[in-house]
Amino acid sequence: MTQSAEKFSIGWPHKLRVMLGVQAAEMAQYRAEIALWAIATMLPLIMMGLWAQAGESGLFPLKRVEMFRYFIAVFIVRQFTIVWIIHHFEFLVVTGRLSPLLLHPIDPVWRFIIMHISEHWVRVPFVFLIIGGFLWLYPQTLTGGTDGTAWWPGLGNLALAAVAMYTAFLLRFFMQYTLCMAAFWHERVAAMDAIIYMPYLFLSGLLFPFEVLPDYAREILLWTPFPYMVWFPATLVVNGEGPILRGFLTMIGWMILFFILYRWLWRKGLKHYSAMGA
Amino acid sequence: MTRYLNAIRIFWSASISAEMEYRANFLMATLSSVMTLAGTMFMLYLFYRTGYELGGWPWRDALVVVGVFTFLEGMQSTFMTPNRTRVTEHVREGTLDFVLLKPIDSQFWLSVRTISPWGIPNILLGLGVVVYAALTRDRLPGILDLLPAAATLIFAVLMLYSLGYLLSTFSIWYVKLYNITMAMQTLVETGRYPITAYPAAYQVFFTFVLPVAFMTTVPAQFITGQGTAGWLLGAALVAAVLLILSIAFWRFALRYYTSASS
Repeated sequence: MTQSAEKFSIGWPHKLRVMLGVQAAEMAQYRAEIALWAIATMLPLIMMGLWAQAGESGLFPLKRVEMFRYFIAVFIVRQFTIVWIIHHFEFLVVTGRLSPLLLHPIDPVWRFIIMHISEHWVRVPFVFLIIGGFLWLYPQTLTGGTDGTAWWPGLGNLALAAVAMYTAFLLRFFMQYTLCMAAFWHERVAAMDAIIYMPYLFLSGLLFPFEVLPDYAREILLWTPFPYMVWFPATLVVNGEGPILRGFLTMIGWMILFFILYRWLWRKGLKHYSAMGA
Repeated sequence: MTRYLNAIRIFWSASISAEMEYRANFLMATLSSVMTLAGTMFMLYLFYRTGYELGGWPWRDALVVVGVFTFLEGMQSTFMTPNRTRVTEHVREGTLDFVLLKPIDSQFWLSVRTISPWGIPNILLGLGVVVYAALTRDRLPGILDLLPAAATLIFAVLMLYSLGYLLSTFSIWYVKLYNITMAMQTLVETGRYPITAYPAAYQVFFTFVLPVAFMTTVPAQFITGQGTAGWLLGAALVAAVLLILSIAFWRFALRYYTSASS
């Protein structure tokens, strides 16, 4: 008895490594789709065009080169924080395929998080290709050109930015996962996400740098979770400036809130789910 | 011809009654259209509050572009997207065989098979914004502005349709291209703002490679009385070329379709 228990008690690092490997291989099958996803997430690069032109006018706090840098950073951050769990979860619940996952000795949420992370990494080559093309078109983004210094945020800042980016990913993940729980009661939750997606789209900094906001609007928005999903990690990538302590505290605060809400709904939802005959 | 019109009538009434089962979705679609429009206005406000003008377009003229874009977005999600996703499905499941056997042109069947009313809020909102902006401008559009404007809008719809159909034709070879619609939609997103507001490289790409400039900026130019015959001709040409291309490419692709069992 003890022997077999020993045999199966494989460590956490190993479990995670195996799951990551399997998911990455699975995701790599969908390379063509994922390449299209990379294009589908080019919205920040489109907005970059508008803001770079606007930056030239001198009417905005950021100059042309700074706009380029900000939106390249946004594009990178976006690639590593994309969350689509609600579509997958809706499918699992509606078709009843959640049931076998519940039999695994590990909470399915781990599996979902790892699925996302491996999908992000499969997209990396395409992301580099797109960014490379952009820097080739506009090399002054890196060098600074005539009006600025070279772009070098420093290793410490980049590490901090990476931490912020993954915290942002988890925040967005748990926000959407909380909404996923509605799938236990309602058939079409993915449509509900479209409504939550709107404030994310327009208030996260995906479409504009927060520097161009009027002060009152910025102050209000900084209390919501949205700026920390894009703008905060992106400014860290650009120059390491930003309300670091406030940023992390606000993110963690919202995350705890969503986490508690999700655990509570998960328990209630599972009861309801099994009551459907699963 | 009457046979084709009849088919359209039957298809559309059937799909509308099917979609009516999900009336709550209509509320969602309306809500999301209103929120998108509000968000876009917020974006415009961020630009214009400093006195900056997007590509030299005054506030109301830029609003016309936004309205035209919203209208086209609605047309797309009502008439085009639902059919486009089905083409991929037919190829993947092998049911395209049944379509090809029907005594009706396969591209016609695949393009008009269903409609989904969820784009209607966008169509109405878009028209509303255009009418509001056009009426509150100093100069009201005359009939000589509105006729070419209507023509360029029709060309824009044709361009969107042909581009979409061209892309979904690729599913004959690559079955997993669900995201192709999304990818195109993102690039077309450029058309939400006047094309002259972008840097030169963008303008070249979105005029000559992906003709977004012809879809929103050109109709808006006519509505605001700044259109020229050259642009009208250009739009007609681009629309015609894309339409012919989509038909030719579909015929070409069908030669490579090996059906479900062979």
